[in-house]
Amino acid sequence: MIVFEKPKALTDVPLHYCPGCTHGIIHRLVAQAIDNLGIEGRTIGIAPVGCAVMAYDYFACDMIEAAHGRAPAVATGVKRAMPESIVFSYQGDGDLASIGLCETVSTAARGENITVIFVNNAIYGMTGGQMAPTSLPGQVTQTSPYGRDVATQGYPIKICELLATLEAPAYLERVAVNNVKNVNRAKKAIEKAFRNQVEGKGFSLVEVVSACPTNWGMEPQQALDWVQDKMIPYYPLGVYRDKEV
Amino acid sequence: MSEKVLMKGNEAMAEAAIRCGCRHYFGYPITPQTEVAAYMAKRMPKIGGVFLQAESEIAAINMVYGVASTGKSAMTSSSSPGIALKCEGISYLAGADLPAVIVNVPRGGPGLGGIQPSQSDYFLATRGPGHGDFHVVVLSPASVQEMADLTVKAFELAHRYRMPAMILADGTMGQMMEPVVLPEGKPIEVDASDWAAVGTEGKRKHHVISSLYLQPEVLEKYNFERYERYEKVKENETAWEEYQMEDAEICVVAHGITARIARNAIVMARAEGIKVGMIRPITLWPFPEKALAAAADKVNSFVCVEMNMGQMKEDVELAIRCRKPVSLCRRVGGMIPTSEEVLEQLRAAAKGGEQK
Repeated sequence: MIVFEKPKALTDVPLHYCPGCTHGIIHRLVAQAIDNLGIEGRTIGIAPVGCAVMAYDYFACDMIEAAHGRAPAVATGVKRAMPESIVFSYQGDGDLASIGLCETVSTAARGENITVIFVNNAIYGMTGGQMAPTSLPGQVTQTSPYGRDVATQGYPIKICELLATLEAPAYLERVAVNNVKNVNRAKKAIEKAFRNQVEGKGFSLVEVVSACPTNWGMEPQQALDWVQDKMIPYYPLGVYRDKEV
Repeated sequence: MSEKVLMKGNEAMAEAAIRCGCRHYFGYPITPQTEVAAYMAKRMPKIGGVFLQAESEIAAINMVYGVASTGKSAMTSSSSPGIALKCEGISYLAGADLPAVIVNVPRGGPGLGGIQPSQSDYFLATRGPGHGDFHVVVLSPASVQEMADLTVKAFELAHRYRMPAMILADGTMGQMMEPVVLPEGKPIEVDASDWAAVGTEGKRKHHVISSLYLQPEVLEKYNFERYERYEKVKENETAWEEYQMEDAEICVVAHGITARIARNAIVMARAEGIKVGMIRPITLWPFPEKALAAAADKVNSFVCVEMNMGQMKEDVELAIRCRKPVSLCRRVGGMIPTSEEVLEQLRAAAKGGEQK
């Protein structure tokens, strides 16, 4: 009996992520969803610019590396060219909620039948820990060394709430991967976001509240606690849109 | 099939794209090329194609990048300020070795500039429109017929060399109506099965479309390989037209609308006994360097006619290694030189020639 197995939709390339980073878990959940739905052969993934830039090495399906923030536009092109394919983008907060916000909102507003995995760890990881559009008020980063001052640096953008004002999206859910219970919930949400596309239901986005111990300057466990104590209160988990319900 | 129809340049270009198999067009409104989008919006849904008005020029070029990643033909069109926004995406297309056709119907600049015709994007187009070391094929039509023919050519070259191709028209070419014989409806055949991202079907290792190479020696290797390909483009695809060059003592260099104006001026100059000919670059990149170098052996001087401050003049001087004087007749900001203005310049050049 097989108790534990690497998802087939992941390659054998070792992940480059830092110790305690939750990208690995999220990659695995995406790959499991692809395995469970049996769609690897017709799936095309779009990698972002940011920590997950090399996601194209890790997923075994065909992959495209997009310019910073443009993954939803690239995904739109692929999906329109190949409507039978399953297209997903995997993006971080700088990519999706800052430089690519226009593409994010417009793609959601068109109701493109794609799946978006949005990893929100409240910081720019790849460039070494600068303030993100989702950094919390008061959060210390390299570019908010005295803490994010909302008077001059504004408030964090809540993507699920923002997109829930639109008519078209089929499914919007915010999950977290800081404990087993939440990981299991995230797994279900991600699979649903892919199944929706298979069934032609339209734009699905799962926001995954994630940890970045390296750039938060924390131990891995401390970072997971910070997700629970600070991130989740600001970014409430739950379903923001589900046209099925 | 060879029936002539009267069409606007922008529409002839759009129809030609459809006829050579392009089924994916992404655009954003900007004067003076909006007819392309309007035409595509009307035609594409009728033939099972995709027309999508993107949220920005940036999104449009990235949608093109998505389609191009699947190996299919994709097109976008814009005008100067919008092309500037597309430059990031064009660089990524070049870096990932993807085929695509970008239409630029330039207007006067810089900045918001104006909406009248211009050739002021010559540098932008010919020096690799975007960051990094790369080129795009640049085609310059001088008639509505060429708007159609060079569109087909742009798709052919983009696919053959796996690189973006830009049609650098101008507002005049886009807006004017002329009789045109549209190309036959023959889709360009493309085999992209060894690289395109279309799904593995569980039968092969995954394909990756990317321009990211973190190891400098690898990135260097790809840059050199790409430039070897560019050498082949230069060798095989450089196109130009010569007009009355047999006995010419002065060589006009002009492309697009200014070449047509210069042609009238040449007729007028010859009536005055000034022996003038013209080399009209059809590909601006690759630039017809050899034709110009050969002409430099025969003529006394060159006259560039441009609707910019003299951007192409630099390429002419480079091509002829500054062996002969090059003068310039220019109008900018959306102004179009008249045949008389060009004639004045030709007379001056003729006098310069006598002095030598």
